[in-house]
Amino acid sequence: MASILEINNLFKSYGSVEILKDINVAIEQGDFLVLVGPSGCGKSTLLNCIAGLEPITKGTLSIGGQDMTHVSPKDRDIAMVFQSYALYPTMTVAKNITFGMKVRGVDQATQDEKLKHVATQLQIEPLLNRKPGQLSGGQRQRVAMGRALVRDPKLFLFDEPLSNLDAKLRVEMRTEIKALHQRLGASMVYVTHDQIEAMTLATKIVVMKGGVIQQMGTPSEIYNHPANLFVADFMGSPAMNLIPAKTKANGKGVQIEIERSSGAPITLIDTKNKDLPENVILGVRPEDIADATLRGGEGRQEADCLIDIVEPAGADTFAVMQLGGKHVTARLHAETAAVAGKNLNLAFDLGKVSYFAPETGERLN
Amino acid sequence: MTKWLEEHMPKLVLAPSFIIVLIFVYGFIGWTAWVSLTRSRLLPKYEIDGFIQYDRLFSSPRWETAFSNLFVFGFLFIVIAMILGLTLAILLDQNIRTEGAIRTIYLYPMALSMIVTGTAWKWILNPGLGLEATVRGWGFENFTFNWLVDPDMAIYTVVIAAIWQSSGFVMALFLAGLRSVDQEIIRAAQIDGIPTWRVYTAIIIPAMAPIFLSAFIVLSHLAIKSFDLVIALTGGGPGYATDLPATYMYTMAFSRGDIGQAASSAMIMMMVVFAIVVPYLYSELRVKDD
Amino acid sequence: MTDMSYSPPRSGNRTVKIALRWTLYIMLGLFALFYLMPLFVMVTTSFKSLDEIRTGDLISLPREVTFEAWRTAWSGACTGIQCEGVRPFFWNSVLIAIPAVLLSTLIGALNGYVVAQWRFRGANLFFALMLFGCFIPFQVVLLPMARMLGLMGLAGTIPGLIFVHVIYGLGFTTLFFRNYYVSIPSELTKAAKVDGAGFFRIFWSIFLPLSLPIIVVTVIWQFTQIWNDFLFGVSFSQAGTQPVTVALNNIVNSTTGVKAYNVDMAAAIIAALPTLFVYVVAGKYFVRGLTAGSVKG
Repeated sequence: MASILEINNLFKSYGSVEILKDINVAIEQGDFLVLVGPSGCGKSTLLNCIAGLEPITKGTLSIGGQDMTHVSPKDRDIAMVFQSYALYPTMTVAKNITFGMKVRGVDQATQDEKLKHVATQLQIEPLLNRKPGQLSGGQRQRVAMGRALVRDPKLFLFDEPLSNLDAKLRVEMRTEIKALHQRLGASMVYVTHDQIEAMTLATKIVVMKGGVIQQMGTPSEIYNHPANLFVADFMGSPAMNLIPAKTKANGKGVQIEIERSSGAPITLIDTKNKDLPENVILGVRPEDIADATLRGGEGRQEADCLIDIVEPAGADTFAVMQLGGKHVTARLHAETAAVAGKNLNLAFDLGKVSYFAPETGERLN
Repeated sequence: MTKWLEEHMPKLVLAPSFIIVLIFVYGFIGWTAWVSLTRSRLLPKYEIDGFIQYDRLFSSPRWETAFSNLFVFGFLFIVIAMILGLTLAILLDQNIRTEGAIRTIYLYPMALSMIVTGTAWKWILNPGLGLEATVRGWGFENFTFNWLVDPDMAIYTVVIAAIWQSSGFVMALFLAGLRSVDQEIIRAAQIDGIPTWRVYTAIIIPAMAPIFLSAFIVLSHLAIKSFDLVIALTGGGPGYATDLPATYMYTMAFSRGDIGQAASSAMIMMMVVFAIVVPYLYSELRVKDD
Repeated sequence: MTDMSYSPPRSGNRTVKIALRWTLYIMLGLFALFYLMPLFVMVTTSFKSLDEIRTGDLISLPREVTFEAWRTAWSGACTGIQCEGVRPFFWNSVLIAIPAVLLSTLIGALNGYVVAQWRFRGANLFFALMLFGCFIPFQVVLLPMARMLGLMGLAGTIPGLIFVHVIYGLGFTTLFFRNYYVSIPSELTKAAKVDGAGFFRIFWSIFLPLSLPIIVVTVIWQFTQIWNDFLFGVSFSQAGTQPVTVALNNIVNSTTGVKAYNVDMAAAIIAALPTLFVYVVAGKYFVRGLTAGSVKG
């Protein structure tokens, strides 16, 4: 089956500044692709290129199997939801939703029917005669979604649609978008700088930095096997601990040594990996460091660590210590015995760690 | 074809204006510059003959008067209008209940034509029947106020009328500026016990530097362009005592039939405007690029 | 509002405060008199007879109100050899101002829309060239314009003056609309493009309905500028096509007959009435235009 969206060797530059470099992305019907990265990474530009709102400097782009590289936005069979919602301020909600159909010359009866359908679906019937200025942020968001839904396009594009909402509403709308995706089975491309949004919504994530794709994969691939230090650091909250360490070949596998400011270095044995260079950066997710008394399992290695700070966060308690010259965070149970200033025996799950080359930042295992 | 039209529509819409500006602003400036380098008199000639018109210009006593009048008039007009405007703005900023009405009164002259302003002040300053006669009628028999007909003083009547017309506008600019200063800074200063006048001199006025610049640009621009006011108030007289470059240029172009002189004096005006406006525009446009 | 009057009453002697307040109001009142005096003198003089003007003083009210001067100013005063008052010239001004205002506003709106929302290479250069055009002293274009109008067969005609006012008004109208449209998020244009709307559709359905405030500001600004213009009027018109400002100046400086100050004043008020009316009715927009025209950004 042809990809619903396929981007090959796409470059985009403004004058001599390259915004996007050699982008290759393909998604299937029903995929939810999230483009994520820090601001200025080119993710919104890429979305605008997909929409046809920005011309592409080099490369090709096809939607639904048809080449769309030079096709204008209106003929791409897409719909788009914008960060500021971009509702037409002088039109009522109903007119906002039907404007596109009116421009395309859809007859009035079909317009009314589709409007009714979408309004029911999004529960915005009571708002139809209001102007955008009279709506709350969440309502505007719904109207913007309605304007996209009514189009019934091949591809939905979302440009940070939740970033203008308050925290609570954002979580609600996130769930709603996910439900919508599951119900419609539609293909979506979604831009965000929020890695939690990316993890929760995506079937496929593209992590970008400086106009270059850093990694593309399912949320679990991205989370568990980050391709480089940037992805490791960017995805996950609290971020993955990235600890400078030394390795030595050992009979059973690799012996890892982590310096400490006080006391002897921590030594851990990794039995899964071999052939690591001497200097590595060890990547451990906070949840892979646990109370030694509670966690068992393969690849488990214990070490006694001095806890500097304890941060209770309700469901979890975070313990911060100093290892290899870095702050290292462990995600512990809420009822942990950890006390600031005291030692605690911690278990490192070496079955799930990542190794990165300190010079290039690339993944080693 | 439709796709081409669709893509190029913005450029097509802009094109006529672009061509018009190129011809009617920049082309015309070029034409004037060219003619200012020729021996044109009643009709333009196009053989370049060096800076002879500029030599004639700067050796003409009438131009000397006009050019120095520009600086006397410009300096007094700008400085007094700024001081007056700022004073009025600060006075009006003290929670005046009738502020709206007072502001309307201070600003209405800006809606009038300079010709109307000139006509009114010409009548008021008329020595025979105007202010002078009125004050004498009150019993001050020796009161004289004949600046309008005194070649040494006439230029100051132009200053008075110009200030009357434009100072309200400066007030409006400054008032807007005063109110755009961050209220939290002012509150913080008040909590610190800083007296009101110090709040103005140390916080508010320095924060309005861009407004001063804008006011200066607009006023100097008005001063250089001043033409109607002089024509209506003094007609450039007595003699040519109140000539400004603008009236000099007009006289040369349309009464004396000396196109070369008209063109060269227009170019000098242009350069004065350049010297003031170009650095300003440059900085304004640069800030926007960042 | 800076609210300075409610600053903490540290040196709070009540009498001092009241005295200060009174001083403030008296100063504001005196300035108000300064600004009002010329208008007052114009109005009273226009209702006086010439005899009274010669014997009375400037600021006294007319002993006997007469409309004779107004009648003369409107339909009898001499502007050179013609003695028809300012009436024909008043209508000339109307005929010049209305089309010139409408055309320059419409073109400025389209230009501003392009520059602010359809950025392309060169659009900024265009805007900079336009902006600079606002500042040139018009003396520098008078001579070639006179020749150009001659070539176009528009010399001394009302269409010629309309043409001149449209051209040299474009800089400001473009500036006004550009600054207004630049504050409208470009996502609106993008959304409309995705919805399938084209260049003019977006302008007509989305931007124009949003533009009422800036249209009012621009129209008022242009009307005031064009109505009050003297330089173009005196340079490019002939006997029958002069605008009212030129006619007023001719009446005042006419050397034939007795100097009729009351007629001068009546004519001046007539010439000033349209813009004064606009100012009184829509002063807020007038001020906004003034400040927008000077504070760029």
